[in-house]
Amino acid sequence: MRVSVTNRAFLPLAAAAMATVLAGCGSQIADPASAGSTASSGTSCVDTSGSSVKVGFINSLSGTMAISESTVFDSLTLAAEEINASGGVLGKKLEVISEDGASEPTKFAERAGKLIQQDCTAAVFGGWTSSSRKAMLPVFEANDALLFYPVQYEGLESSKNIFYTGATTNQQIIPALDYLAEQGTKSLFLVGSDYVFPRTANKIIQAYAEAKGIEVLGEEYAPLGSTEFSTIVNKVRDSKADAVFNTLNGDSNVAFFRQYKSVGLTADTMPVVSVSIAEEEVPGVGLDNVQGQLTAWDYYQTLDTPANKKFVAAFKAKFGSERVTSDPMEAAYTSLYLWKAMVEKAGSFEVDKVQAAADGVSFEAPEGMVTVNGENNHITKTPRIGKINADGLIDTVWSSPEAVEPDPFLATYDWAKDLAK
Amino acid sequence: MELLIGQMFAGLSLGSVLLLAALGLSLTFGQMGVINMAHGEFMMAGAYTAFVVQRAISDAGVSLLVSIPAGFLVGGVLGLVLEAVLLRRMYHRPLDTLLVTFGVALILQQAARDIFGAPSVDVRAPAWLQGNIELLGAPIPLTRLFILGLSLVCLAGLVLLLKATPLGRRIRAVVLNRDLAETSGVSTRRSDQLTFFIGSGLAGIAGVAVTLIGSTSPYLGTNYIVDAFLVVVAGGIGQIKGAVIAAFSLGVLQSVFEYSTTASIGKVLILIVIVVFLQLRPQGIFSLKTRSLA
Repeated sequence: MRVSVTNRAFLPLAAAAMATVLAGCGSQIADPASAGSTASSGTSCVDTSGSSVKVGFINSLSGTMAISESTVFDSLTLAAEEINASGGVLGKKLEVISEDGASEPTKFAERAGKLIQQDCTAAVFGGWTSSSRKAMLPVFEANDALLFYPVQYEGLESSKNIFYTGATTNQQIIPALDYLAEQGTKSLFLVGSDYVFPRTANKIIQAYAEAKGIEVLGEEYAPLGSTEFSTIVNKVRDSKADAVFNTLNGDSNVAFFRQYKSVGLTADTMPVVSVSIAEEEVPGVGLDNVQGQLTAWDYYQTLDTPANKKFVAAFKAKFGSERVTSDPMEAAYTSLYLWKAMVEKAGSFEVDKVQAAADGVSFEAPEGMVTVNGENNHITKTPRIGKINADGLIDTVWSSPEAVEPDPFLATYDWAKDLAK
Repeated sequence: MELLIGQMFAGLSLGSVLLLAALGLSLTFGQMGVINMAHGEFMMAGAYTAFVVQRAISDAGVSLLVSIPAGFLVGGVLGLVLEAVLLRRMYHRPLDTLLVTFGVALILQQAARDIFGAPSVDVRAPAWLQGNIELLGAPIPLTRLFILGLSLVCLAGLVLLLKATPLGRRIRAVVLNRDLAETSGVSTRRSDQLTFFIGSGLAGIAGVAVTLIGSTSPYLGTNYIVDAFLVVVAGGIGQIKGAVIAAFSLGVLQSVFEYSTTASIGKVLILIVIVVFLQLRPQGIFSLKTRSLA
């Protein structure tokens, strides 16, 4: 028989095919135990005797996350060059060793181990997905080394070996809700990708909404990478909510906004607040589809601060005038300067001295003054709500009057008491 | 009522996307027995063709109409090259074609990343496809209507080709009994090449179509390949009419499940339905009766 594959034979085949496809999409599952077991006793091998000191950058330069993480790598590179041009740290030039996390948490853990043990770097910068951070955490703790993590995340974490320079929930999601409440929003519809960050974020949103009398009319999750939003968009439209809170990730945003627009929903009739669309993502989503929609971040390229003008000009000079700067890039840029300030305050590259010196260290970042909170290793940040303009950049429409103290466990919010458990 | 119509249309529309993605596959997998994991990447190539054409012709309407035949050609030529260079060495070895074409898929993804960059690119929908028409109060997106129409046109074209042309007769002859066809003077080589060209070209058209609803990125193909195989297998291998029924049933079922549960659970339910269905009817909705002995 010519058609030699029967359906019975095909079933296991299809399963194998799907498994390969999934593997190709990048594993989300990490085994922290195996990653941590490679750790040694923790005696530092950092060599500070010469005229330079090594630092490690760990970003996905290949795989699905490369789209986002390569931009963070670029801004880290810029910060290192600037620091070297102005005399380095404690008189020593930074020697950057870069590793590719390849969008796989296990790879991040393994490469982080290499940066600490073989390359003897004084500190490591990078990571993006929460799964990559959680995979690296035991490696840094076991080796007593330092990681600077530059991306907004779901909170509920604090390690003495990680400095979090992106926003935690009370510096991004809660201010966005405050803004919506202030605008008179009475009902919300929640749309997110089906994984840890959106689910945690939506738990917080539900608790907030209950406390403030906002009605949540629906909570829908799409599988990661999904491009089929007809049904979700129909549900959103039917709910007649005042606004949509969007925690979709990556390319799903494109499909969501296109299909959102095609059933006649607009920023005027039902605004969407997004927490994962920054300047970098706008062209891919299509400006037509998102113009006028809202975003929640702490930094926008259009910010009118001297430090930001300098940052944007330097970035464009190095990487091209068509490039844009975004919140995670700014947080990465800031993280290298914060480490420099900590080392200089400590007068040493040693991890325990840097940790001891960290509290209260501040830096005039492009987003404004940021200060390290030594208790939870996060930094103060200024939340801002933005509106995507006709150029694909984001204009600030609301800004927190002052920098907000980081509160990763939401301990200072009454309504969030049950969440941290 | 309004919602019911909206959901019914969502199901039909999803079915039409599935059908477009699966139509070419039902030719290459169904008729030739080649498990082409790069089928999704041929779609991706079609999508990037739409992007390139749009850069050359800035008018979104004209560029869409040019993109459809261009996407067909790009997909088809890629398929032809794949067939000539690799696959013709491994007919009768479906598992090998699975591995080889998966490798080709990865190469094509990386090539797209190198040429167009990792971020997704924007293909604008023409002005006459933006917005929607109202059907009893339910908004019917014009892009979806267009894709539904396109899938039906492709289907009609394919059926016409297979049933009413000498070329189609030769293709069917080779599927039914390769040896007898060859001894009757049909060039099976040429027939294989043409089948693969058309099947892959249809993937290219599907790629152009999905730029209207989703993102154009190097990973576009991975979103569709599994669903496309599901449609072909559930429909019955080698059966175009089976693929049509399977695509629209799966589309409608999925939107019903998704509406009454959630998107993730809906997907799980669909897979359960397919597994149970294949347990009861392993040959799919329709099965091909051949006269060959093997």
